[in-house]
Amino acid sequence: MTDLASAGLRPARARAIPRGSDPGTAGDVRRGQAILVVLAGAVRGRLGPWLVPLALLAAWQAAARAGLIAPSVLPAPTDVLAAGWKLILNAQLLDNIAVSARRAFSGFLVGGSLAFALGLANGLSRLSERLTDTTIQMLRNIPNLALIPLVILWFGIEEDAKLFLTSLGVFFPIYINTFHGVRTVDPQLVEMGRSYGMGRFDLFRRIILPGALPSIFVGVRYALGIMWLTLIVAETIAANSGIGYMAMNAREFMLVDVVVLAILIYALLGKLADSAVRVLERLCLAWHPAFQRS
Amino acid sequence: MPASSPSIAAREHGPRGVAIRIAGLTRSFGDNQVLKGLDLTVPPGQFLAIVGRSGCGKSTLLRILAGLDRPTGGDVALTAEAGRVASARIMFQEPRLLPWASVLANVEVGLGSGRRAPGARQQALETLSAVGLLQRAGEWPSVLSGGQKQRVALARALVSRPGFLALDEPLGALDALTRIEMQALLERVWLDQGFTAVLVTHDVGEALALADRILLIEDGRVTADIGVDVPRPRRRGSVTLARLEEDILRRIVGPSVSPDYDI
Repeated sequence: MTDLASAGLRPARARAIPRGSDPGTAGDVRRGQAILVVLAGAVRGRLGPWLVPLALLAAWQAAARAGLIAPSVLPAPTDVLAAGWKLILNAQLLDNIAVSARRAFSGFLVGGSLAFALGLANGLSRLSERLTDTTIQMLRNIPNLALIPLVILWFGIEEDAKLFLTSLGVFFPIYINTFHGVRTVDPQLVEMGRSYGMGRFDLFRRIILPGALPSIFVGVRYALGIMWLTLIVAETIAANSGIGYMAMNAREFMLVDVVVLAILIYALLGKLADSAVRVLERLCLAWHPAFQRS
Repeated sequence: MPASSPSIAAREHGPRGVAIRIAGLTRSFGDNQVLKGLDLTVPPGQFLAIVGRSGCGKSTLLRILAGLDRPTGGDVALTAEAGRVASARIMFQEPRLLPWASVLANVEVGLGSGRRAPGARQQALETLSAVGLLQRAGEWPSVLSGGQKQRVALARALVSRPGFLALDEPLGALDALTRIEMQALLERVWLDQGFTAVLVTHDVGEALALADRILLIEDGRVTADIGVDVPRPRRRGSVTLARLEEDILRRIVGPSVSPDYDI
């Protein structure tokens, strides 16, 4: 793209010379403008969201290569990549990613489905809400990471501990948003459905669930963030496998590049999960004006 | 359809209208009695309009007729011709379409549990075509205009061929031109299908454009029952209609001006 831009610049530079201005400066200004135009195009295009992360990466690489950052503090991205490649080759990295991903999603599945079921139940039934909502709201206000000492006493550092913590973390955002979604379904639509003879099941499947879906998706996206957060902390404190464990282990041996690699992988996995939900959102909420392409 | 009387038109297709008989109907919300012993008989296939001030109880009456509300006392009976089910449909002031269902699927909601029967889709498509929206069948409701949404709602109400259609100010939120179009459409489908229609409206002009008979409800009671014996299609702004409109408006707003009105 830069080649194209500078190719387009030549006539402009030629015109600038007779005017008597310094050809070099004028050319630089033009070239700067052209780069700006290309950049603006990129921002609008598909690459737009990735520009800032890529620029940060480039700046980091440059600073590391120039010796501005000591390798013991923050190794260059290329070194981190090299460390990653080495770990891929001895199968450690992929194993650890698989272990972490499995933990994350089993926690999400267990906590998420419990939260979804309770959110629906409490949204649909006043009795169920009276019985359980207060309890859930009290539990919600306990920071789940504060439970780690207790969880270690209960479950040790086995899989159960991680499953418990991630399930708990995922539970509340999904519960609250499902509950809220069901409660805010347009009562006029429900009345319409009743007047057209929909039974309880039809009413739920055709009006209440689709009406609550946008709110449920908000809960899922929020829950995914909490899922990674909880898992990272759980893995760094008490684990013998997984990316968090890999990072802690690397710290013991002063392998800064592996620690940084672990952090970057968490960022990528988080982004991946979020993107997957956004795709799902686009598919399920195609009717929603907010998701329609103009 | 030419200026034939509605009863003849309905007879041609076989009468489908439901007869309504109400005796001593009361409805209270707490201490507030909204309907105070109302009697009414509507013959099958009649187009009845109910006018009255806000809060007079006309919407409550309509909701009871449509089965969305229960009376506190009195009798309400909807009877169909022999061998037919007395089915009632209501059209609300808002279209109340399901935003997550296509226009066609929204019309199919009107078929109830019969929407999986063979020929149901064809029936929905035909009704959609009757309201002039066949080419929008696959679109989301959010891209339609207000008038188009209300036409989809009309198709949804009519697709099951009900014997009684309750209309709760369905044109209230539309602009003046769309309103006139919708009135013509309503009249056409009513003439075509011969159902009994009860329209609640604030707009006396609209009542006169559509109804065989206009009922004035004040303070929970019927205070005037006016036959509109004007041939169809009715010409907007005709002298007869204008006189009737003035007469009815005077009865609604009149008491404060001239207390000695009588019916």
